[in-house]
Amino acid sequence: MSDDNPVQPEKDTSPCGCGPGPCCPANTDPEGTRNAPYPENRSSCGSICSCNSPKKESEGEIQTQVHPDTANPPPITPVSGTLSSRDTLGHILARLGQNRSGHRVRPGLYSLGTPGPGSPVIVTANYTLSFDAVRSSVAGRDAYILVLDTKGINVWCAAGKGTFGTDELINRIHNTQLSSVVHHHRLVLPQLGAPGVAAHKVHKATGFHVEYGPVRASDLMEFLRDNVATPEMRVVRFDLRDRVILIPVELRSAALYAVVATIALWFVGGWLPAAGFLAAVLAGTVLFPVLLPYLPTDDFSTKGLFLGIIIAAPFATYAFLTMGLGTPPWVALATVTAILTTLPAITAYLALNFTGCTPYTSRTGVKLEIFRYIPFLAGLAVIGVICAIVTGLTKLLGMW
Amino acid sequence: MTMFNSYTKNTLKFYPEKCIGCERCSEVCPHGVFSAHGERASLQRPERCMECGACQRNCPTGAITVESGVGCAYAMIYSALTGRKEVSCGEDGCCGGSGEQESSCNCGDT
Repeated sequence: MSDDNPVQPEKDTSPCGCGPGPCCPANTDPEGTRNAPYPENRSSCGSICSCNSPKKESEGEIQTQVHPDTANPPPITPVSGTLSSRDTLGHILARLGQNRSGHRVRPGLYSLGTPGPGSPVIVTANYTLSFDAVRSSVAGRDAYILVLDTKGINVWCAAGKGTFGTDELINRIHNTQLSSVVHHHRLVLPQLGAPGVAAHKVHKATGFHVEYGPVRASDLMEFLRDNVATPEMRVVRFDLRDRVILIPVELRSAALYAVVATIALWFVGGWLPAAGFLAAVLAGTVLFPVLLPYLPTDDFSTKGLFLGIIIAAPFATYAFLTMGLGTPPWVALATVTAILTTLPAITAYLALNFTGCTPYTSRTGVKLEIFRYIPFLAGLAVIGVICAIVTGLTKLLGMW
Repeated sequence: MTMFNSYTKNTLKFYPEKCIGCERCSEVCPHGVFSAHGERASLQRPERCMECGACQRNCPTGAITVESGVGCAYAMIYSALTGRKEVSCGEDGCCGGSGEQESSCNCGDT
């Protein structure tokens, strides 16, 4: 067990070492046996797997039983509360959006410290950032961590999809024979897992009582000590750190289009439109998350529009001041209009798309925002593009 | 409909006559929408509801209904433009990538 790092996905293609098929009745995940992305190794599956076929094993500890046996529950993987530099590197890569589906932990039961039958059971997702947040937050305490198979997705998003859900929790409790590991019937779930889990159904099916712990893993220690979640622990926040950490992924998702469009604009219209466009994109993806609570109004589109106008103003001013003396007034007007419409529209659109990253926008509200502002933003963009094309074409034709 | 605030209305409905006062709703709500002091819960700040559906799922008597969903403009616009089913966090096309992935939201840190 010591050399087996549970956080690292393994290369084996069979989920349990005994091949696909009905041999793993305990694994109720229909996709799990077909194409398990993080193959569960034999040690985690062997004792709940009813097949006896001797397979070549890569792990050292295969003495576990192959029959369900309450006297010999499945192995519990020991895990440290200290994060290694390798873990930290993994976190950075995850935040950069690198191999986003690959940051997984094998689902199952883990032990932190030397837990006994009275130790708390903390439930989390099999996304490394979630798992690591839990184990590092309760480092120094003896506890069990029950990892659900959420396909490498964090608790909140997985709960919304239902993978951090009632059925998966019930199955995982049975698979790990949790009731023979601890004598209490109490589970601590992250509060943000609640959209996927019906506590009363879990209780009915397993006898385990679900207690929703704090929103943030960093409050877990206090919660376990006092056995109560304060109102502050119950409320989701979206602090500067939470917003800034999302920027790399926002940037990454906009990067390809932005670079291509910037280069194209450079060739067509010179450095000014290229730089203006790039500034508008960066305003929507980098500045907007940082400034979110400080921008006026409540709607994301209007906040973004406000920011976009501030970003566009220097470009419009520069374009106006550097025009030749003989420039016709309508050309000056069209140029300034083009800059002051397209750039804010781009920033506002990106700002509106940030709604999905926040933990407080309702679907009803976002839908209303889309209907209210998208036609307006599209109109702005069309006006701006027409102005730009007209000034460009008339210049080419030598009309001014 | 307040000026420049599209978030004043939502689909949350609470039927107090069905409430048994188990206090689950106030336990799971990340925005303090419910107050659960006394025999029955009450709506304290309904306008702050983000329609995550946690209260509805955890209410044992069905005293709460809400059309839960993800308030993500990207997913809705993408779905409207392509005519495809709306993607959710971690699916193809969500959060600027392809393949299975987590959403960029990090609100599920636990």
